[in-house]
Amino acid sequence: MKLLLQRICLPLKEFTLEVDVGIQSQVTAIFGPSGAGKTSLLDLVAGLRRPKSALIQLSDRVLTDTARGWNISARSREIGYVPQDLALFPHLSVRGNLLFGYRAASNSLFRFEHVIDVLEIQPLLPRGVTDLSGGEKQRVALARALLTAPRLVLLDEPLASLDQKLKAKIIPYLCRVRDEFDLPMLYVTHDQAEAAALCDEVLVMESGRFVRQGKPDAIFVDYPMSLSAEGYSRRLEGLQSGENRQFSDD
Amino acid sequence: MSAEDWQIVWFTTWVSALSTLVILPFGLAAGLLLARRDWPGKSAVETILSLPLVMPPVATGLILLKLLGRRGALGGFLHDTLHLDIVFTWLAVLVSLSVMSFPLLVRSVRVAFEEVNPRLEQIARTLGASDLRVFWAITVRLAARGIIAGMILAFARALGEFGATIMVAGNIPGQTSTLSLAIFQSVQLGQDNHAFRLLAVSVALAFAAVGASEYLARRKWAPL
Repeated sequence: MKLLLQRICLPLKEFTLEVDVGIQSQVTAIFGPSGAGKTSLLDLVAGLRRPKSALIQLSDRVLTDTARGWNISARSREIGYVPQDLALFPHLSVRGNLLFGYRAASNSLFRFEHVIDVLEIQPLLPRGVTDLSGGEKQRVALARALLTAPRLVLLDEPLASLDQKLKAKIIPYLCRVRDEFDLPMLYVTHDQAEAAALCDEVLVMESGRFVRQGKPDAIFVDYPMSLSAEGYSRRLEGLQSGENRQFSDD
Repeated sequence: MSAEDWQIVWFTTWVSALSTLVILPFGLAAGLLLARRDWPGKSAVETILSLPLVMPPVATGLILLKLLGRRGALGGFLHDTLHLDIVFTWLAVLVSLSVMSFPLLVRSVRVAFEEVNPRLEQIARTLGASDLRVFWAITVRLAARGIIAGMILAFARALGEFGATIMVAGNIPGQTSTLSLAIFQSVQLGQDNHAFRLLAVSVALAFAAVGASEYLARRKWAPL
């Protein structure tokens, strides 16, 4: 996968988002403080915002090219999006949410049964989404995005609203999705440990610009870490070795 | 209650229900445009849509009479092209009820649409949904309670309409006589008992409409 984000110019309230970068890693963290423009960038990639100028290309498919007046609509981009607030449809059950965008994919990886099996959602299917715990909602939102058989998944601070204990339970699911579906992902976060645990590459964004790009170890060597990647890794090892395979997060 | 009284109750109820259905698509469109878009002249349109709420109903009725009469712009056109006369027919009742209840429907629908989180609609698009599907499956479904409550309010307003109706439809027994007009006429003729019987029916209908509206406002949707 190669994601080109070139000549991006999107005026925001406080600053202008200006990006010119090529991304080739499987899971790329967009790291930066709140209000740096990370969500706006994901919205651009998803086709939910119109930039002043941009060339956005995913592999061989041009999604946006303002120079040629070309723009593929959000519904046709084949990009899964898990927003920060998850945006689960409150009037639909878990099953209703999952089937909303389900495409019976030729790729068996994205079969309904397989996705709900990977994310252990089967028992949740008849429930209303408003009755789910935070971690369950995260998994349902992730599954909903995967069931559209996307070519790229955008994750906007998917763990931001969870406490450390819940994060440690959800991260294995994200790792499973990363490994099982072999999908390219853009992962927005301002948590270094998450970025280090999940991502191959980190792009640091400040005030609408990428100021650094590199491997997590190289990027975070200068940064004090609130919770180290090693700490996460140890938790993950414990969870994955079977001491808590139920992942019950209630 | 005589057969004539029941005819008045039945006529008032169905023509009020029909007026609510007639204005529904226009109310949805107007509510959506006002809730989700900014456009030149929006304030003027908002004001015009609210006029029937604040103007004396007989003044609105007079405007309708001039517009729909044979010498009016619309009435003349309909008479010449379709041989259709509206004034002093049941169609005039339908038009006056529709015009008078439209602002209430638009206000409720607008608020209901404003309360739907636009992020849900955006994410529905990323899931492959067309604009039409997003509108029906997300926007309208989430705003449904507000829309239905607005329909009930509009229906209740139509049930009680008087001023505009008497101007444009008159009070012709068996043709354009509604509950409000019949109560007024009974009082004018000193038939108080008859007026009170019709009043009791009006109160019962109003109770049912407001009760249904309150029930919907409190009811929690079961997920599909």
